[in-house]
Amino acid sequence: MPQIFHHSTNTIARVSIFGAVFILAAIIWAAYEINGSSYVTQAFVPREQPVQFSHKHHVGDDGIDCRYCHTSVEKSSFAGIPPTKTCMNCHSQLFASSDYLAIVRDSWREDKPIVWKRVHDLPDYVYFNHSIHVKKGVGCSTCHGRVDLMPLVYQVASLQMDWCLTCHRNPEKFVRPRDQIYNMEWEPPPDQNTQGRKLVEQYSISNSIVLTRCSICHR
Amino acid sequence: MPNARKIDEEQMLYTPTPLIAPGHTYASVTDKISSIALARRPPLGWFAGAALGFALTILLLASVAYLIAKGTGIWGINIPVAWAFGITNFVWWIGIGHAGTLISAILLLLRQKWRTSINRFAEAMTLFAVACAGLYPLIHLGRPWLAYWLAPYPNSMAIWPNFRSPLVWDVFAVSTYATVSLLFWFIGLIPDLATLRDRSRSRAGRIIYGMLAMGWRGSAIHWQRYETATLLLAGLATPLVVSVHTVVSFDFAVSVLPGWHATIFPPYFVAGAIYSGFAMVMTIAIPLRKFYGLEDFITMRHLRNMAKVMLATGLIVGYGYLTEAFMAVYSGNKYERFMVVNRLFGPYAPAYWALLISNIIIPQALWFRRVRNSVPALFALSLVINVGMWLERFVIIVLSLHRDFLPSSWGMFRPTFWDWSTYLGSIGLFVALLFLFIRFLPMISIFEIRTILPKAGATEVEGERSPSWRPETEGRPSTA
Repeated sequence: MPQIFHHSTNTIARVSIFGAVFILAAIIWAAYEINGSSYVTQAFVPREQPVQFSHKHHVGDDGIDCRYCHTSVEKSSFAGIPPTKTCMNCHSQLFASSDYLAIVRDSWREDKPIVWKRVHDLPDYVYFNHSIHVKKGVGCSTCHGRVDLMPLVYQVASLQMDWCLTCHRNPEKFVRPRDQIYNMEWEPPPDQNTQGRKLVEQYSISNSIVLTRCSICHR
Repeated sequence: MPNARKIDEEQMLYTPTPLIAPGHTYASVTDKISSIALARRPPLGWFAGAALGFALTILLLASVAYLIAKGTGIWGINIPVAWAFGITNFVWWIGIGHAGTLISAILLLLRQKWRTSINRFAEAMTLFAVACAGLYPLIHLGRPWLAYWLAPYPNSMAIWPNFRSPLVWDVFAVSTYATVSLLFWFIGLIPDLATLRDRSRSRAGRIIYGMLAMGWRGSAIHWQRYETATLLLAGLATPLVVSVHTVVSFDFAVSVLPGWHATIFPPYFVAGAIYSGFAMVMTIAIPLRKFYGLEDFITMRHLRNMAKVMLATGLIVGYGYLTEAFMAVYSGNKYERFMVVNRLFGPYAPAYWALLISNIIIPQALWFRRVRNSVPALFALSLVINVGMWLERFVIIVLSLHRDFLPSSWGMFRPTFWDWSTYLGSIGLFVALLFLFIRFLPMISIFEIRTILPKAGATEVEGERSPSWRPETEGRPSTA
């Protein structure tokens, strides 16, 4: 009877059985990497907006405080998107006839809000609250990055749960004094661990067991 | 002479039977078994059975598709009965699988030669039953496409499954069970796959069986490695016979519900699993030996031995029922007591009585030698036990859930069309897989049967009364 298989089949069989483990591991690793990549999370991808509003100019160059526009950040779960009226406070005088701002003036005249594209959009099953974070010493730049350097805003984090938990498991590594919340240039001091622990105590931040309970964020 | 006839009949009943009908040679065994898998056209009956199996499988696919589209609300489940047919079927199927593992692992280690004719299809039955069982927890998830969340893997949520939950233990128990059963079955198949490769007349057959045979040439080294691997796997599979259904019982026993929260659960579940498993092996073996003329290999002695295992495990299950009732009375706990009263006289009482009759009362007929020697009686009994064991799981799950501590939160479960269609569909999947198996693979282990031929020096006889055997009325050798 002639041979059914070529001699090389032996090697192929051995390699494929041995390699199956590595192929499987590689597939899991690739899936993990893709899931955390900017392609999926949209981190570091600037979004085009209806008006090319530059945070770099308004925050960095002009030094406008975050709360001038995001008025409800200290009182509400939602930081607040300013109405066109807030823009017009200045732009009724400055660049009042610039083509660039035609959309803003139209919106104001017709009393129709500008439809901004949301950059930081958490899933609906996450009940994120800005006011509690601000109150407990989490600064803007901790999550949003150096917005004062961004012409167009982008995410600086994956916004995935493991990212949330890096802080909820070790808040002392990230908290800052309350008077530094809106300081874009704040950097953790060399003794952040000691300082952070003091602040955790002072601001009565719950321990990580409480902070990582499911119902803290999912209700 | 009526007297002589009586003696003859009695001799037929009491004479020990060999494991294999007389007159067989190595070649006749190989011919007989391999010709079924290598036949160009399977018999007409095969087409009928396979058509039924595949039709029901399509019903299963339709039911699951509709379930995924609409959610678990299409079933009759709701609070308080959030588990019903899905989990009942899961426990039923996974229990059925246990007989295959017991036959292949424990009976191998105990050197029970009679296992050789039934181990192959019993192991196949295990695999198919585990496939049907594994389906249910997955489609019960609500969002089955997230089923991979059950596994511990590096994830963007930075969390593990809750290792303190018996439902996670289930994932490990069932997946380990499926893996070991598959390996055991496949390794046992290799020498026979090589036989099929060598005997196949089509090129496709030679290539497919050849790939599966993994280069088996039957050399002494091959056989030595084969024996080692089989023994190792048998050692691995032995604890699984006990552990898998123990973990399944923890799904209930770890909770605080009356009727679930009982320490008897692990042994009681394991015994029930083996009980229902042997009933299913019997349900499959009897038509198989009849339609394929395999009475030479699956003899009355096999059926009798299985009947004895069923009788023994059935009694353990009965002891479990008694213990449940005793604990309810003895504990003085009014909720436990109510659970028993509710089973006996509540709205689902017919299910409980039917379970007692079919699991405990009717199988007592197995005490009689005449019943153990009657193929139709054994077939009927195996079907009754299959139904009874399904009812047992239904009673445990639904009756404990529908009336617990607070009468204000009581409710009823009524199965919908989709409950039934999913259940029937999984039976269809099981039948379809089984028919594919008997069509393309040797349903009885060829090389192991050859080891029990008298020529191979194994003239072991039931009861070891005499080295001689007496042929039975049925079971003539097919080839000289």
